[in-house]
Amino acid sequence: MAVCVAVIAKENYPLFIKTVPTDNELKFYYTVHTSLDVVEEKISSVGKNTNDLRELYLGLLYPTEDYKVYGYVTNTKVKFVIVVDSSNATLRDNEIRTMFKKLHNAYVDMLCNPFYKPGENITSKMFENIVLSMLQQD
Amino acid sequence: MADEVIFEFLHMEMVAHTHREASKEEKDQCISKLEALGFRVGQSLIERFTKDCSRFKDELDTMKFLCKEFWNVVYKKQIDNLRTNHQGVYVLQDNKFKFLVQMSTGKQYMESAPKYLAFPCGMIRGALSNLGVNCIVTAEVSAMPACKFQIQIQRT
Repeated sequence: MAVCVAVIAKENYPLFIKTVPTDNELKFYYTVHTSLDVVEEKISSVGKNTNDLRELYLGLLYPTEDYKVYGYVTNTKVKFVIVVDSSNATLRDNEIRTMFKKLHNAYVDMLCNPFYKPGENITSKMFENIVLSMLQQD
Repeated sequence: MADEVIFEFLHMEMVAHTHREASKEEKDQCISKLEALGFRVGQSLIERFTKDCSRFKDELDTMKFLCKEFWNVVYKKQIDNLRTNHQGVYVLQDNKFKFLVQMSTGKQYMESAPKYLAFPCGMIRGALSNLGVNCIVTAEVSAMPACKFQIQIQRT
């Protein structure tokens, strides 16, 4: 369902990016990069709307003509970005939330792996498999 | 509950082992080694614990989370006293610190007590660093088994 999944570290460099194999993968990398600005804006605006549910799920970051970009930030400032196809109109908010929850759980499990140093690129096969299962669901 | 003791015993042996195996020149590095161990553990722990809670509003919120939920899960109790000067220094006081409870109260073991506080200091530093707060954590024991952790936030 998703077309691209990215995990970005707290210093804003990518830890992991996986896309559905297309010829123009670079376009997704650019989209994820530009969405980082929107994520930062949403995080810093929490101070003004403290009545808002202080959630980890950020929601739709911005729609382009072909794609919609969703964001999620953890308490440790690691950001997850999911890009989905706009033509997939049956995708509901709840499903995106569950996808993010799955990603978060997989990330936490991977972080607890003693062979993983925090801040390194993610090379765990288990994490990759979970992401792949999200990318190929239709 | 049997599981709490397992960690206590493991920690005690860890401290003893580090000090035993260090050669004469490395004796003063033992505390840093234990602190570094605690750092990595703190990072992973905090990732797991903050998985399901909402985002923190500000620094004080983060410290309160540390004192209540984090301390609760690791040491099965909460911090007894949190003080701050609102300028980046926080003092966490625990009147019955888990690792010091096993030692007899009184002056006899006060000098060796800091060895057992290195790992918890590292854990606090690791937890806070993953939450985006860079700090220096020191601990002191004035009367067993109470101890104070002083956290100094580094603002760049």
